[in-house]
Amino acid sequence: MRKQMEGSQAVAEAVALCRPEIVCAYPITPQTHIVEGIGALVKEGKLKRCEFINVESEFAALSVAIGASAAGARSYTATASQGLLFMAEAVYNAAGLGLPIVMTIGNRAIGAPINIWNDHSDSMSMRDSGWIQLFAETNQEAVDLHIQAFRLAEHLSCPVMVCMDGFILTHAYEPIDVPDQSQVDAFLPPFEPVQVLDPGNPYSIGAMVGPDAFTEVRYLAHHRQLGALSAIPEIAAEFNDIFGRTSGGLLQSYRTEGAETIVVALGSISGTIKEVIDDMCDSGVRIGAINITSFRPFPLETLRHALTDTKRVVCIEKSLSPGLGGVLASNVRMALRGLGLPVYTVIAGLGGRPITRPSLRDICSRATNDELDDLTFLDLNWRVINEQLTRARDTRHSGPIAENILRSLNPGGDLTAS
Amino acid sequence: MKEKRPTETSSSQRLKFYQTGTHTVGNRLLDEARRTVQASINRSNAITSGHRACQGCGEALGARYVLDAAMRANDGQVVAVNATGCLEVFTTPYPETSWQIPWLHSLFGNAPAVATGVAAALRIKGNDNVKVIAQGGDGGTTDIGFGCLSGMFERNDDVLYVCYDNEAYMNTGVQRSSATPPAARTATTPAVGDAPGNVFGTGKFVPLIAMAHNIPYVATASVADLHDLEAKVTKAMAIEGARYIHIMVPCPLGWGSASQDTIRIARLAVECGLFPLFEAEHGRVAGAYKIRRKVPVEDYLRTQKRFAHLFRSGQEDTERIAQLQRMADFNIERFDLMEHEEQA
Repeated sequence: MRKQMEGSQAVAEAVALCRPEIVCAYPITPQTHIVEGIGALVKEGKLKRCEFINVESEFAALSVAIGASAAGARSYTATASQGLLFMAEAVYNAAGLGLPIVMTIGNRAIGAPINIWNDHSDSMSMRDSGWIQLFAETNQEAVDLHIQAFRLAEHLSCPVMVCMDGFILTHAYEPIDVPDQSQVDAFLPPFEPVQVLDPGNPYSIGAMVGPDAFTEVRYLAHHRQLGALSAIPEIAAEFNDIFGRTSGGLLQSYRTEGAETIVVALGSISGTIKEVIDDMCDSGVRIGAINITSFRPFPLETLRHALTDTKRVVCIEKSLSPGLGGVLASNVRMALRGLGLPVYTVIAGLGGRPITRPSLRDICSRATNDELDDLTFLDLNWRVINEQLTRARDTRHSGPIAENILRSLNPGGDLTAS
Repeated sequence: MKEKRPTETSSSQRLKFYQTGTHTVGNRLLDEARRTVQASINRSNAITSGHRACQGCGEALGARYVLDAAMRANDGQVVAVNATGCLEVFTTPYPETSWQIPWLHSLFGNAPAVATGVAAALRIKGNDNVKVIAQGGDGGTTDIGFGCLSGMFERNDDVLYVCYDNEAYMNTGVQRSSATPPAARTATTPAVGDAPGNVFGTGKFVPLIAMAHNIPYVATASVADLHDLEAKVTKAMAIEGARYIHIMVPCPLGWGSASQDTIRIARLAVECGLFPLFEAEHGRVAGAYKIRRKVPVEDYLRTQKRFAHLFRSGQEDTERIAQLQRMADFNIERFDLMEHEEQA
């Protein structure tokens, strides 16, 4: 039923419809509303046969999910930012053990400086962990991807992260169609684990593996991800059959037919990008967009096919690999290897900075004229940067960078006067 | 032989046998029902032979008795969760395993949380007759897993957590943990300089911290008295909620002791007072294992090369030996460890 609701509440209801048996919660902004929502459903008795466990850290949250999943229970947790880093060891472990846990990431920046607002640094830090990573463009897609995620995870015995932009999606109220229980039950069968801790049939799970077999085990993790490249579109198609709605898949193209410039992005920014694309197309610019839903596995061949006929690619991305540039862009370049297409990296929206249509339009216009540098930081305040660089060059003890920059931005905060 | 008052502990041993010069009770002296699990051909062999523990490993011995006792107590319906460490490594060199029970190893610091998850899943699946035992060494328990351990206690999750304490990080090559005793030499507290060995800090005795959570059952045990250990495990298995057993397990490699001395050293640790054996229920001490024949800490310390720098010929470190003696005496007083003379 379609109703006006907060993204987090919709995701909470969607997860509940998937009949999770163990839900672990530890608070961190901006994912808290999701687990609060599920906790309330359990407490009210609306979500039956489910234990909601308040734990003492994110590391414990995912560890409890690991134990529960290994014992055959459908397990879910959610986190963001520092929380994801704090559970990092368990993130890799869950994937290594092949446990089909589903976890929401309410994407948020990583400190220092501490920042609670949206970017993709957190999910990107775990891109090599072996989890499938799906990015939602809208809250409707976030709802749909969670339902698909359990199916996918349990089909492949592989954990899945559903990444949704913190605040922009998690805290946004919009009309969302939360499916019926009968639809979800038709789509998602009960969890049948491939291995389970059972005294009647004892397994040792998590044994030490040496050089003789470690490469093979790791190859199989890669193989499993490659299997997801076909499973993700199949499951999305089946979802469409039951729910009557297109959601998920590896990537989604927008006005790419005949486009000479294609903008590639992850997550909710695609909405704004599409509006800019519409404006520019109306002005006769041949530009389109691709929104990548599956960042891991990365759809190298599908993306290459989708970009083959274009002349240039612009990656708008909310994460930065210091010393390299764009994380998404380097993956896109891998997809385009040998084609000789320019791939421009635009780092945008870090720590929640708004990505505005005028700024996007400007950057896309410059790209269509090949006037863009390989790496651009959208709306970077060069005055502040240069002031800090000068300060650091002139004074050995010039103080903490974050605080200096805040004072530079603040009227009357002229450091040279102090 | 004059009959003594039974001890206040939960030990299945209600009488003392002095023939062996210790509290050791040979199985032959006990009736069938009181014999150790290991004496039975029906023992579960939860950790079967062929594992790769060192000769004289206290942890292998302790874990074997714990798990077989737990298996007997719960009719074989046991799942084990293991922290990273010696026990994990020596039992599961891929593709071999010594575990004949379902066993899960995840990480070094998360065994209590993983066990919480397993217990919750068993409950939700309607398999709550199956009990979960989580286990780790002192590093995995008192240091890196401590947050998860406290969380599991505080929620009163239905897990029996067993710490096999060999007083250092043995698996990585004998580095200091928060359970390493003062003055002990480890790879990160070498026996050099003005204050050789580990610092004299304030100590961190996790059984007391477990008690501060008011969990239903806390006990310490020793491989020196396997009947007592089995009795405590059996008792713990019958209790619902979070339970904690902290077992001293000497490590010949890390302690620099003879492998045939593991039991003797564990016994000396108890008899000198450095390792008190007691039980606590819901935050209150419920009984202590009385020391029959108190020995000076020196008798215990001298058995191990990790304390050898305290006894260099001609320059015995009397001051620090006395400090250790005061720690032992404090334990004896705190836990009321001495057998009082006949009051009857």
